[in-house]
Amino acid sequence: MTTKILTARMEAHPEDSHTLARYESTGGYDALRKALAEMTPEQIVDSVKASNMRGRGGAGFPMGVKWGFLAPAEPRYLVINADESEPGTFKDRQLLERDPHQLLEGILISSYALGVDQAYVYIRGEYPKPARRLQRAIDEAYGAGLLGENILDSGFSLDVSIHLGGGAYICGEETALLNSLEGRRGEPRLKPPFPAVEGLYAKPTIVNNVESISNVPWMTLNGGDSYAAIGPERSSGTRLFSLSGHVKKPGNYEIVMGITWAELIYELGGGIRNDNALKAWIPGGASAPWLVPSEHLDTLVTIDDAAEQGTMLGSGAIVVMDETTNVVAAARNIVKFFAHESCGQCTPCREGTSWLDDILQRILDGQGRPEDIDLLLDVSDNISPGLAWPPAMTTICPLGPSATAPITSIMRWFRPEVEAMIPMSEVASA
Amino acid sequence: MPEPASVTITINGVEHEVEPGQRLISAAERVGVMIPRFCHHDKLEPVGKCRMCLVEVEGPRGKSLVPSCTMPVSDGMVVDTESAVVEKAQEGVLEFLLINHPLDCPICDKGGECPLQDQTMQWGPGESRFIEQKRTFPKPISISDIVLLDRERCVLCDRCTRFADDIAGDPLITFQQRGNDVQIQTFPDEPFASYFSGNTVQLCPVGALTSVDYRFKARPWDLEHTASVSLVDSVQSTADVQTSRGKIIRVYAIENDAVNEGWLSDKDRFIFSAVHAEDRVTTPLIKEEDGFREASWAEALELVADKLGSYRGDEVAAIGGSRNTNEEAFVLGKFMRWVVGSGNVDAQAGDGIDPALAATLTPRARIADLDTASTILVWGPDLKETLPVLYLRVRKAVRNGATLVVASPAGTGLDGIAAHVVRYRAGSGSDTLRKVSAGEADYAAVREALGEGPVVALVGRSSLAEDPKLVEAVASFARSLPEAKLLTLLERGNVYGALDMGLAPTLLPGRMSASDSTAVETLEDAWGPIPTEPGRSAMESLSDLDEGVIKALLLVGSDPVRDCPDPSLAADGLERAEFVVAVDAFLTDSSSLADVVLPGAVWGEVDGTVTNLEGRVQRIRPSIQPVGQARPLNVVLDDLALLMGVELGSAKVGDVTAEIARIAPAYASVTLDYLTFEADEEGIVVPIDESTDLHRYIPAEVSVPVVTDRMTLHLAPALYDDGVWNRNASSIAELPRAATAAIHPRDASVLAVADGDSVRINETHTLPVVVDSEVAVGSIVIPFNQRETKGIAATASVQVDPVRGDAQGDA
Repeated sequence: MTTKILTARMEAHPEDSHTLARYESTGGYDALRKALAEMTPEQIVDSVKASNMRGRGGAGFPMGVKWGFLAPAEPRYLVINADESEPGTFKDRQLLERDPHQLLEGILISSYALGVDQAYVYIRGEYPKPARRLQRAIDEAYGAGLLGENILDSGFSLDVSIHLGGGAYICGEETALLNSLEGRRGEPRLKPPFPAVEGLYAKPTIVNNVESISNVPWMTLNGGDSYAAIGPERSSGTRLFSLSGHVKKPGNYEIVMGITWAELIYELGGGIRNDNALKAWIPGGASAPWLVPSEHLDTLVTIDDAAEQGTMLGSGAIVVMDETTNVVAAARNIVKFFAHESCGQCTPCREGTSWLDDILQRILDGQGRPEDIDLLLDVSDNISPGLAWPPAMTTICPLGPSATAPITSIMRWFRPEVEAMIPMSEVASA
Repeated sequence: MPEPASVTITINGVEHEVEPGQRLISAAERVGVMIPRFCHHDKLEPVGKCRMCLVEVEGPRGKSLVPSCTMPVSDGMVVDTESAVVEKAQEGVLEFLLINHPLDCPICDKGGECPLQDQTMQWGPGESRFIEQKRTFPKPISISDIVLLDRERCVLCDRCTRFADDIAGDPLITFQQRGNDVQIQTFPDEPFASYFSGNTVQLCPVGALTSVDYRFKARPWDLEHTASVSLVDSVQSTADVQTSRGKIIRVYAIENDAVNEGWLSDKDRFIFSAVHAEDRVTTPLIKEEDGFREASWAEALELVADKLGSYRGDEVAAIGGSRNTNEEAFVLGKFMRWVVGSGNVDAQAGDGIDPALAATLTPRARIADLDTASTILVWGPDLKETLPVLYLRVRKAVRNGATLVVASPAGTGLDGIAAHVVRYRAGSGSDTLRKVSAGEADYAAVREALGEGPVVALVGRSSLAEDPKLVEAVASFARSLPEAKLLTLLERGNVYGALDMGLAPTLLPGRMSASDSTAVETLEDAWGPIPTEPGRSAMESLSDLDEGVIKALLLVGSDPVRDCPDPSLAADGLERAEFVVAVDAFLTDSSSLADVVLPGAVWGEVDGTVTNLEGRVQRIRPSIQPVGQARPLNVVLDDLALLMGVELGSAKVGDVTAEIARIAPAYASVTLDYLTFEADEEGIVVPIDESTDLHRYIPAEVSVPVVTDRMTLHLAPALYDDGVWNRNASSIAELPRAATAAIHPRDASVLAVADGDSVRINETHTLPVVVDSEVAVGSIVIPFNQRETKGIAATASVQVDPVRGDAQGDA
C-alpha cells in the first residue's frame, strides 16, 4: 500500500526533484545505463510485457501488447501523450513538473527498445509550466550527453521534441493527436490502420501516456516481473489517481490498486467536506459512468472491478460529489464539455452532444417536459447504441459516447431527482 | 498473394459474389442493395464522417455497427442492412442531420433533387423531436465569383473539400471551428478560385453550395435533361444540358469514366449563358456603307450564292468548322470541295499542328490509358489552362503512382506534382528535345524516367509562338518510348472531328490524304469532281487574300484576327477580300469584317456527332431551338448549294451521319442509332491503325533564330480569355486574370525592372512585369488572347523595353 514508484522522488525532494542533479543523485539514469549496457531492445520489450501494465491514458490497453504491434518499417516514432485534458485529471502534470527526467529516462529506454530515434511529447497548450520544466530537462539531458547522438557512447541516438497543443481535448485521442502533430485538424482517424502500423507521417508509431512511460525506468531496474507482482493480477503496479471534488484532501495519490472505494475516498481523501453525505463519484474521468455509495463503497479499485460495474478507471480522475450536488447541473456540465470538445466530424457526436446539452439546460431552466427523459436517453442511444459501457458507437471515436455516461448515470441512480425538476412530470406534481 | 477473382458476402441473408477490393457500400449497391449515404462518393477517398451508411457486420464478438463506406468487403462477410439496430441508427443520424438544417426546401435550389430530402423520405424519422433553437449563420456567403455557400444547410460531408484538395488540387476550402460550430470556409483573402469549383455544387448532397447563375432559376422537376457533351474543349466532357422554358439554365457533368469521370471545368459548366447572350447574331446581316443591316435568309443566301458562284473554285477559301458537329464539318468540306470546287479548307487557324499528325498519329492513346501509365510525358500547352479535365486525369494518374515529366518554357499547373520539370527557353525546344532524347548530363534522370513503360505522351504546341514542327519532333521521339501511346493536344471543341471530316487542306473525310488518288476517286464517284491537289492552309489563304490571289472567304465560327499567329495579316486579308461571308453566333473581330453574316446555330441547338482528342465519337443533342433565326450549318449550306444549282442533300443530320459512315471508312460503325442505344454511356472510339498513319515525320532541326537583344516569346493560353464566348458567358466573363509579362529574375535585372514595373512589347503593348523564376531565362511569358494582349503577333521573339516613369520627360 505504501509502495511508491512514480512519486517517491518528488515526495522526498520537493524542492528540486525536477533537476538533473537531484535525479542523478537519487539513482536517475541508472536504468538507462543498465539498458544500454546490459540489455537488448528485445529484453526491454519483454520486461514491459511481463509487467502486465495497462496503459494509464484511459483505455487501459496493456502497454507491452501495444508495443508488440509495432510494424517493422522505418523510421518509427514514439509519441508521448501529455494532452491531459479530461476534467478532473491532473496527474501527468505533476509528473511533468516534478519529475521530468523520470519521463525522459522512460522515453530513452522505450525508444531504445522500440528502435526509435525521434520522440515527440505532445503537451496540452494550457500546460506552460510543465512544458517549460520538461524543456529544461531536455536541455539538461542534451548537455549531459543523455540525448542526441551516440548517447553514453552506446551508439544509440535519440532526439526529443515538445509540441504544444492548441487547446483541444480531442487531441488526447491518439490519432487526433497524430493529426495535430502533423499540422492537420485534430480529428480522430479511421482505424484500422492503427498507429503502430501507420501512425505519425504514416510510419509505425507508439503513442503512450506520460504515466505509462514514467514507469519504464523502474521496470528496467527492477524487472517487469517485480512490477507485475505489485497489486492485483490484472491491475498491476501503482497508479496515480487525481482525487478532486467534495473531499477534504483532494490531490494526486499514488496507490497500489485493490483497495476499496471507501478507503480511497474516506481515508486517502479524508472524507467529504463538512462531513456531508457522499452522493456519487466519477471513478475514472468525465467519460466514466458514475458510482454511488449505496452500491459501490466496498467495490475494489481495480480495472476489472470497475468494468464489472459498467464503468472504468479511465484516466484515473476521481470526482467526488456530495449531497449538495444538483446532479442535472453536474451532468450538464460534463455534457457541455464534450459538446464543446467534439471535433465535429461525425454527425451523431457533433449534433447529438449539443442537443443533449440544450435539453439539460432547458430542464435546469425549469422548461423541462416529461418526454425529455426518454428523449435524453434515446438521443444518447443514437450516439451509443445500447447505452452500455464500454460503449457501442455510431461514431469514429468514443468522445460522443462519453457524453452519454453522465446522462445514463443520473437516470440510473437519480431519476426521481431529475423528474422532480420537470414541472409537468408525475414526481413534480406529487 | 494474388487477389481472388471474387469473394462471397451475405447481405440480408442473400449470398452474393462480389469483386474484391471494393467497399461494402459499393458492393451492396452493385447487387441492388442501396445503403443511404452523404459523405460517400465513388470518386472520393472514404472518410466515414456522416455515419449515414452504418450497417451491422458480424464479427468475432457478434454483430457491430460499422460504416459501410470505409469497410472493404471480405470473403464470408455477413451483413445486415435492415436490422432494427441499423434502422434505428439510420433514423438517428437523419434526425441529427435535420435538427440544425433549416428545412427551407421550398426555396432551396436542391429541393426535388436533394439526397437529404430523398433519404429522409426513405430512411428518416417521420418527424423531429428537436424543439431547441437551430444553429444559424449569415447566408449565403460567396466563396468564389461563381459559388455561394449556405452554412445552415451544410451537413459537413467533406465532399467539396475532398474534391478541392485531392481531385482539383486547389485546397482553398476547409473546415473551420469544431463541434457544433464546424463550418466550411475559405482562407482569409483567398477565394475558392478553382477552375473546377462548379463540381462542388454538383457534388453537394444538400443545397449548401449553389451556383450564382442557377440560384432561384428553376425547380429540378421542371427541368428538361439532354444527354450531350461539352464543346468547350477537345476532351468533350459528357454533360447533361438542362433547360427550362426553352432556355439552357444549367449544365451538369455526366459520369463517363472513359472521358470525364463526372467532372467538368467551370468553363464547360458555365459557358452556356453565352448561347442566350444579348449579343448573339439572330438574323442574317448584310453590310452596307454605314454598317450591317438585318436581312432575310432568302436575301442573304441569294447574295452569298451569287458572289461565291462568281469566283473560280480556288479563289475561294473556308476557315473554321472546329466548333461545329462532325455532320456540319463534313457538309462544309463537301460544299467547298464539290460545290465551290476548292480544297482551301482549314478548321485550324494557323494555331494548331499538322492535320495529318493530329488525325492519324499512332499509336493513339485513350484518355483512360493515363490510369495505367507508368510514365506520363506532357510536352505542350499547360493542361490546366487548355484541357482542364484532362489535367484532372493526369493528376489522378500521378496520385496513383505514375511518374510525370513536364516540359514547357514556363511554369504549368502540373509542375507541382511532376517528378521532372524540363524548362527550356521558348524557341529552343528542339535543342532541349535532342538533349532529353540523348539523356545528356542534366537530362539523364528525365531520360531514365521516360524509359519506364507504358508511357503515355501528351504532345502539343505549348504556345502560338512555338514552331509546330517541334510537336512533330516530340511526337516522333515519344513514339520511340516503351509501350508508348500518344495524344495530341489541340484545344478547340470539335477540331478532331473537323479534321476527321476533311476540314484540312491535306485531308479528305475519314483521315484520307487529299493527294491520295483513290480517296479522291471514291469521293468523286459519290459526289462529282473535286480538286485533286491539297488546298491552302488558313495562313496561306489569309496571306493570299492579302495578295488578291484568293478573293472570297467563308468563315465558320472562326476568329483568325484573334486566333491566328499574325493578327494583322488576318485583319488585312479580311479587309482586302472581295467578299467575306461569316457563319457565326457573334460579331467577332473577324466576322464584323464580313460582307454577310449568317447566324449559325451552336452547341445546345444542334444535333449530330462529335469526336474528341482520343477519337471518341459521342452524340451531341439539341436542348433548345436555335436562338432567333440561327440555323445549323448543314441546313445553311444545303440551301446555299441549292441556290448554286447543286443538291447537297444535307438538310437532315441523320442523312449526313449515314453518308459519313458510307464515305469515311473509320466512321463506318458510327450511326446515330448506335450512339443513342448501344454506345450511349461512353461513346465509341473510331478505329485507327498504323496503316492509315499519314504522318511521316523525318526528324530535322527545328531552328528558331534567337536574337540576342530580343526575348523569345511564350504566348501562354489561359482558360479564361477574351474570346467571344468567354466574354458573353455571364458567370465567367469577369474571370480572366489581368494580363502580365512574366520574366526571369535575371532578365528583370538586365532590363532593370521589378514586380509592378511595366514593359513595352514590340512598341505596341504595355504590360505590368511579374518576376518569376519559373520562366526560362531569355523568355517572356504573356497570356494569349486577353483584353490587354490582343493583337500581339505570335512571333518567335519580341522586342521588350522597360517603361520608365520619367521616359517621356527625357524624350
